[in-house]
Amino acid sequence: MKKSVLYFYFFVVIHNLTFSQKTGNKIYTPKKNLYSPVLFVDKLQVPWGFTFLPDGSILITEKKGELILFKNDKKQKIGNIPEVYVRGQGGLLDVELHPNYKENGWIYMSFASPKGKEKGGHTAILRAKLKDTSLIEKEVLYKALPNTTKGQHFGSRIVFDSDNYLYFSIGERGARDINPQNIKRDGGKIYRLHDDGRIPKDNPFIGIDSAKTAIYSYGHRNPQGLAIHPKTGGIWNNEHGPKGGDEINIIKKGANYGWPMVTYGVNYSGSTITDKTEMQGTEQPIHYWVPSIAPSGMAFVTSDKYPEWKGNLLVGSLKFQYLERLVLKDNKVIYREKLIPNLGRVRAVKQAPDGFIYVAIEGKGIYKLIPNTKK
Amino acid sequence: MKIFATLYVLFITISFSFLKQQTPLQESIQRGKEVYSDFCVTCHLENGEGIPSTFPPLAKSDYLLNNRNKSIKGLKYGQQGEIIVNGLIYNNSMPALGLEDEEIADVMNYILNSWENTSNKMVTPEEVSKITE
Repeated sequence: MKKSVLYFYFFVVIHNLTFSQKTGNKIYTPKKNLYSPVLFVDKLQVPWGFTFLPDGSILITEKKGELILFKNDKKQKIGNIPEVYVRGQGGLLDVELHPNYKENGWIYMSFASPKGKEKGGHTAILRAKLKDTSLIEKEVLYKALPNTTKGQHFGSRIVFDSDNYLYFSIGERGARDINPQNIKRDGGKIYRLHDDGRIPKDNPFIGIDSAKTAIYSYGHRNPQGLAIHPKTGGIWNNEHGPKGGDEINIIKKGANYGWPMVTYGVNYSGSTITDKTEMQGTEQPIHYWVPSIAPSGMAFVTSDKYPEWKGNLLVGSLKFQYLERLVLKDNKVIYREKLIPNLGRVRAVKQAPDGFIYVAIEGKGIYKLIPNTKK
Repeated sequence: MKIFATLYVLFITISFSFLKQQTPLQESIQRGKEVYSDFCVTCHLENGEGIPSTFPPLAKSDYLLNNRNKSIKGLKYGQQGEIIVNGLIYNNSMPALGLEDEEIADVMNYILNSWENTSNKMVTPEEVSKITE
């Protein structure tokens, strides 16, 4: 009798697994909550990005233009931050440390900057060092041009690979017919630089007349998630599609991701952008969301603190206000699960050096995911 | 007869020019529509319907229609904390959008006069400028 129950259970599990592979756009609720969110940093408005310093303190960006150091359970505002263009989706955005931060002290930030001739703003990348509670040695490494007063699509996630190359995203700034497919214009791109801002000699568009040679890949809409795959070292992004058609892509050098010629989404009004979801010369996403979840930060789980989740991808949803856990197999999404629902818009997610996962949620703060004690 | 013809032509011309001319409110609504599609549509959606319990609706929204000043203030300085809209609780945050007073007036006029919403009193940049945090 017992055996038959077990067989049945086995059958159900296998059936579910098989079924879920076909329905990449179905999301499941966990049967058992293995981990619980505990508020770690309270009272934040729009914590766009955060990163951990070697002493365990946290640097947090507030979109409205504040850099906060959370140390010994206290928040301190960091001074001498750059001038930030706060409009629409623009503001002070991501913050990231150099992989050798302990030796060189470099902190990298992305933000909407008003610098330039034209009215408006565009994404900029800056590095600086922290001295007491102030930034020093500020250097702007990249400033996209021309400025525009459009409120959309600054991109702005920053990530380093194992060779210390600096990657960052810039969205198409609400000009989909002008920017993403033109490598001579900023916006709708993933960029690659040396850690000091120099352009790598083997970047894909070097030697092309008047091309923006910092570009690494193009045809993006608004990538707000970037992460390095822990095993392959590959660069993964997620990006906001229009209505429907948010994507996860594996970023290849010089590749075209198709926006707006190819998309799985439609205009907000419901009208069609294009009927094409595939086209020769453009890359296919490894996963797309219909309806859109509005994906923000993302992180791979590698830590032993979450054995059931190892190798999974976590992606924040702004629209549906949860953290999504994606189980991958051969670069395909085979299972999606909804974690920590109803806390608020999930802006950023990171696995900290202590192995724990931290999640930044708008209007709330930063939560730490801790294992539920076994009963 | 000649006088009649002249008057007739004049009458037609004037009527047509009136038809073509937009009132300041209509012009403001037109500009507000642009602002809306740039800054608001991703959350409040094309028909102002929002997402229940996440992003409050603007269409037929009792909060919007009964709280003119609070709505302008939310647009100008951001909106935080709990509000009740059409009987549902919303506890989210909308950051300040960085809009100019004229853009706020325009988008207010658009949302106050779309999706079956109506408002008799036009929002002006001066009115917006007087609202403080």
